Amino acid sequence: MRRIVRAFPTLLRIGFAEAVAYRAEFVIWMLTTTMPLVMLALWTAVAREGPFGRFTQADFVAYYLAALIVRTLSSSWVVWEMNQEIRMGTLSLRLVRPMHPFVSYTASHLAAIPLRGAVALPIAVILLLTVGNHVASDPVVIALLPLVVLSAWILAFVAGTAMGSLGMLMERSIAVWEIWMGLFAVMSGYLVPLELMPRWLATAAEWLPFRYLLGFPVEAIIGMADRAAVLRGLGIQWLMIGAATLISAAVWRAGLRRFEAYGA
Amino acid sequence: MRRYLQLLWIQLRASLATAMQYRVNFIIDGVMSLWWMIWTLVPLAIVFGGRDSVANWSFPEALLVAAFFTVLRGIIEGAINPSLATTGDRIRTGTLHFVLVKPADGQFLVSTSQFAPWKVVDILAGVVMAVIAFDRLGRWPSALDLLLCLVLLAASTLVIYSLWVLVICAAFWVVRLENLAYLFSSIFDAARWPLDIFRGWWRIIFTFVIPLGLMTTYPARAILGKLDAQTALAALAGSLAIATLSRMVWLTALRRYTSASS
Repeated sequence: MRRIVRAFPTLLRIGFAEAVAYRAEFVIWMLTTTMPLVMLALWTAVAREGPFGRFTQADFVAYYLAALIVRTLSSSWVVWEMNQEIRMGTLSLRLVRPMHPFVSYTASHLAAIPLRGAVALPIAVILLLTVGNHVASDPVVIALLPLVVLSAWILAFVAGTAMGSLGMLMERSIAVWEIWMGLFAVMSGYLVPLELMPRWLATAAEWLPFRYLLGFPVEAIIGMADRAAVLRGLGIQWLMIGAATLISAAVWRAGLRRFEAYGA
Repeated sequence: MRRYLQLLWIQLRASLATAMQYRVNFIIDGVMSLWWMIWTLVPLAIVFGGRDSVANWSFPEALLVAAFFTVLRGIIEGAINPSLATTGDRIRTGTLHFVLVKPADGQFLVSTSQFAPWKVVDILAGVVMAVIAFDRLGRWPSALDLLLCLVLLAASTLVIYSLWVLVICAAFWVVRLENLAYLFSSIFDAARWPLDIFRGWWRIIFTFVIPLGLMTTYPARAILGKLDAQTALAALAGSLAIATLSRMVWLTALRRYTSASS
């Protein structure tokens, strides 16, 4: 444990250097998150004649800009990384190091956060300038916002490692990820605010992890969730992080046995 | 010409043989196609659950646009992406030479080197969506409108292919471009909605710079009989122009490639 604590700053530095070195790729990767903007265009066209549900045009602008921010800050590509490394066998390089590979993945992903912040910051400024009166005003909620977004990031990351570890057990583990992303798009509020969905879908979303990756942080940012709702959501986020950690550890252990059996 | 058709057939057969080996993939891909189709339909259903029309598009009309989007995505992922996506790697590693020394046109060989036959599921799903849309409209398109629509869809495919070739050509200059491919497909996602929902400079970009509107909205207008001949001709001329441009850029890039490494 102490060794890991000592090595962590170095890992962070390496991760940051990597992120800076591949900044062009990084920017392009970030630019691929165009979906909220497209949905923004669609919904403002819809709300032009009058509010949809309780969403006015300004609400939609706030919602999708917040969605863009949350997505920029909290999405995770660890599945792709693990999948690639498992298939190419380069995961072995991480295995011979005297620490759990999840630690080094965590470090490299944490290190990218400053760059992600740099992308998210202008969006946040635009959000405040255009629809500044549609964001959270409760000081407690505002104080909790960083924690909410961070928890979303942790949940996405841990779930990503679980699906990444699946790569050692099955050949097309990326298909699992695609199904996950499809569910995410619909059930997280990424495409359509959950409130506007049919009742049964919205209820189902309450019980699935996807809402806590995006919809819940977004609602917190734009002030659609009150203090109690934010605290409750945070609790659920951490329950899910706990469950995801257990699953991820189990899949990893089962997978590692297979991976080593390949003779790598 | 006959030789090229033969070549195309051989490459297609090779891809089919490969695809047959991974039959489980067929099921996975089929499920995934259905999955993404639902994904396309959910926002559409919700929007039109609360409104009769958006930007003068009714539900069946917007469904047509989504249908053409699904068809085109099937074509892109089935016939365009697989071969062109590997070309970047070939350029980087130099194995493109193995293709270029063959006694046939390089661009032809590169763009037909791989197909993903299972993506036919997407195309079928799109056709089903279009049929449902017309069933909802309660009328069927005239033969002429249908023909114009098919011609425009072919033009859209040509435009997408040409844009892809231009992206590939960028690989001769900048080395890595996997992410560029992602950028392309994520921008293409905007094509699932009628062009008219976009306003101001968005619409200008999606009409002229990245002609998404031309790809799905114009065919939908054509099959509804709402496209005037002038616009149709302009769209066709535009797609031919971009195809010519991409061919010229490819030839230029190739000259540069050969002289740089051999």
